[in-house]
Amino acid sequence: MSRNGPAALLFHALFVIFTLAPIVVVCAVAFTSLGYLSLPTQGLSLRWFRAIAGNPEFVDAFWESLWLGLLSASLAMIFAVPCALAVARYRFPGRAALLGLLQSPLMIPPAVLGIAFLRFFTEIGLGGTFPGLVLSHVIIIMPFALRLVVAASSGMDPAIEHAAVSLGASWWQSLRRIILPLVLPGIASGWVLAFITSFDEVTMTVFIASPRTTTLPVRLFLYVQDNIDPLVAAVSAALIGLTFVAMLLLDRLYGLERLLVGPGRG
Amino acid sequence: MTTAATAPVRSRLPLMPYLLSAPAVLLYAVLLLVPLVATALLSLHSFSLYKGIEDVYDLANYRDIFGDSYFYEIFARTFRIAFLVTLLAAFIGAPEAYILNRMRAPWRGIFLLVALAPLLVSVISRTLGWALLFGSTGLVNQGLIGLGVTSAPLQFMYSETGIVIALTHVLMPFMMISVWASLQRLDPAIEHAAVSLGAPSLTVLRRIVLPQALPGVLSGGIITFALAASAFATPAIIGGRRLKVASTLAYDEFLNTLNWPLGAAIAVLLLIANIVIILGCNKLLERRYAEVFR
Repeated sequence: MSRNGPAALLFHALFVIFTLAPIVVVCAVAFTSLGYLSLPTQGLSLRWFRAIAGNPEFVDAFWESLWLGLLSASLAMIFAVPCALAVARYRFPGRAALLGLLQSPLMIPPAVLGIAFLRFFTEIGLGGTFPGLVLSHVIIIMPFALRLVVAASSGMDPAIEHAAVSLGASWWQSLRRIILPLVLPGIASGWVLAFITSFDEVTMTVFIASPRTTTLPVRLFLYVQDNIDPLVAAVSAALIGLTFVAMLLLDRLYGLERLLVGPGRG
Repeated sequence: MTTAATAPVRSRLPLMPYLLSAPAVLLYAVLLLVPLVATALLSLHSFSLYKGIEDVYDLANYRDIFGDSYFYEIFARTFRIAFLVTLLAAFIGAPEAYILNRMRAPWRGIFLLVALAPLLVSVISRTLGWALLFGSTGLVNQGLIGLGVTSAPLQFMYSETGIVIALTHVLMPFMMISVWASLQRLDPAIEHAAVSLGAPSLTVLRRIVLPQALPGVLSGGIITFALAASAFATPAIIGGRRLKVASTLAYDEFLNTLNWPLGAAIAVLLLIANIVIILGCNKLLERRYAEVFR
């Protein structure tokens, strides 16, 4: 394969700067020692990270987001795994329609979903409650939960299961001993992707969150709308740090390239 | 969607797939279809400050939206921004994906992650970064003045230009993923054959690479456009309270003005526009490039 020329490399360098600049600048500003927004030219300081601890609204919202992500990702998997097995392992009338239905939340603008949920939950008495948040998040993360499980279970060799059955394994035995262990990596990474999606969701959640139940991204969004200061940069930088750690874990667990681009050929 | 068809393992259990998918379908019916239908019905109701929401059924809200230049301007702005973002993402993302694809290990993997990892960083953090670059630290303007591009600082905050730049950054990974996937299908032997037959590199790019990468660019474009048209947080932060797009308008009607029926009507229009664009473009794409998608 031919090499990239100097023009291509210059383009690439500009692209990398464009991609990283906003993320780097948030992290840099978070370390400022001054009381206002500035790059840390006067020396580094952790004062704004310490200030996070003094703002329970951010800390509470973080735990809220964490529980919301854990619960909704787990619930979504309970619905997604049987469904993914059905889609990946059987050909049946209505299969294409089912796939379309399951992916449909991706086509609906999150603001529209937020409006629909706000009205619906207010009517049934779940408005502004944590269970309402969980249910709405289950819906929006289902497509992500499903995708990787479907991919994992379609790649399975049916001969393995045939062998188990011909050796006298019952349906339950072959499910528990053959199918689930083979699909497990897909389930684990689908769960992680669902968790991240839930943890980062802001547009839909901003409609249905109440002051008592606010997630971290929503809290950040409402804060940034009013004022931008080093405190919110510090919270963002801490989040970026956490994301980085999660990415490293994910890369070990499943391979980040495979997760983001899908199973490639090479 | 899925890979090669696996033969049904047990044909004597035709009920099985329906039983397995029933819980999820039920969940969608109750939590997705019902709320969406209720929203469509809500958009037909009327609202007044004194009587609140009234249970009438007419198209008054839609007439208001289509008759008022204020709403027209916001919808036009939404789609103008989405179009520009898609164009920029295609013209920056496609060449970059091609350059990445020609790199060697380990650079290829590292820079692919640099390009895609922002997807995992919260949209708020990334948008905050642009707000900082545009505003207080003013690094963008310092750079532009330093390079002699402009003599006076340009206004990026609270402007459409700012929204377009930040949204392009936020949505770039989706374009990259799509183009990258289509480049992986490209057989390097074809490129080599063209070169060995004496084709100059520009011809190879134009005649061999581009036609095969185009479906990826186009399907990435559909995703980017749909996401840009329904974006909320980035336009809300960079655009401020006055420069509205469809999503932020619906938010204001719902949570500030409390005119839920009108907000619902805006939501329904946004949803219809989104679905028409996605399905319409997908159909076109599939017909034009049937052989690529198989």
